[in-house]
Amino acid sequence: MHSFGYRANAFLTFAITILAVICAMASVSDYFNSPSPTSQVQVLNINWFQKKPDGDDEVSLTLNISANLQSLFTWNTKQVFVFLAAEYETPKNSLNQVSLWDGIIPSKEHAQFWIHITNKYRFIDQGSNLRGKNFNLTLHWHIMPKTGKMFADKIVMSGYRLPEVYR
Amino acid sequence: MGWIEDSVASVKSFKLRQALHQAVSLGMIVASALMIWKTLMCVTGSESPVVVVLSESMEPGFSRGDILFLYMSQDPIRVGEIVVYNIEGRDIPVVHRVIKVHERKDTGEVDILTKGDNNEGDDIPLYAPDQYWLHRHHIMGRAVGFLPYVGWATIIMSEKPVVKYVLISALGLLALTSND
Repeated sequence: MHSFGYRANAFLTFAITILAVICAMASVSDYFNSPSPTSQVQVLNINWFQKKPDGDDEVSLTLNISANLQSLFTWNTKQVFVFLAAEYETPKNSLNQVSLWDGIIPSKEHAQFWIHITNKYRFIDQGSNLRGKNFNLTLHWHIMPKTGKMFADKIVMSGYRLPEVYR
Repeated sequence: MGWIEDSVASVKSFKLRQALHQAVSLGMIVASALMIWKTLMCVTGSESPVVVVLSESMEPGFSRGDILFLYMSQDPIRVGEIVVYNIEGRDIPVVHRVIKVHERKDTGEVDILTKGDNNEGDDIPLYAPDQYWLHRHHIMGRAVGFLPYVGWATIIMSEKPVVKYVLISALGLLALTSND
């Protein structure tokens, strides 16, 4: 009953259980955070807008994205993955979501940012429906914790419109 | 013929009840582990409720050796979700993020494109030849929570099988030689 084997076994089991409980408590502490993020996106320029040889529309945009996501960070946050998606509807598809840009925010200091970029990923439609299309730009974020549950949320910015003709 | 008598004598002195007791305890442990795994599969709606991250394609968020908890609800798949999917012909599940979603109005089916956070390009090279989109039936689950480092045991056991055999033999020996 007092051999090394028994003691090592009891000690290890207890240690692992306590570790699991601490990880769970760390994750629960994230629920007490009430974040208040803000963001703003401007479409500065439509660089080009064409129909590809396979029939799908493609557009290239220059965007100005500014956001303050500092309130999302807690002591249990490893990083925040943020991305901007264009969302729109077409006759055939009830929802299209195309990610245009993403980035990783490693710490709170980097969470207030302002960038000026062309779309990192190609904005291609399934078909030729983008002329004159109204679309929303949604800033999504994914809070990746040091341990436990991941949270995700978004801010929807509407009112953007693509040109009526190709250019 | 002496060795036959000797072996018969040793078999008779074998404590049958104690051996049966040990075998039943071992069986109970294995059966409960299996029951817990199957219950997790039902509760999370995923074939594989816990997966180990095997590659660095989702760094710095997920490193090799982390484990992910999966959950598969009937909610539609949306951009940004971290999903685990299987491709026909490949046995390793892939954990990447959804970057494009096109949902059909009539059938409600979705075309999905994924990409690893740390990869330069999207996952089309990983899909089957001539496959450009994933569909809902490819997705095994969404990642909802994670624990760092715990999965290294699984990685070591699968990459160096000798560790697995040594561990199982040691456990077996321990079970056979213990007095209770």
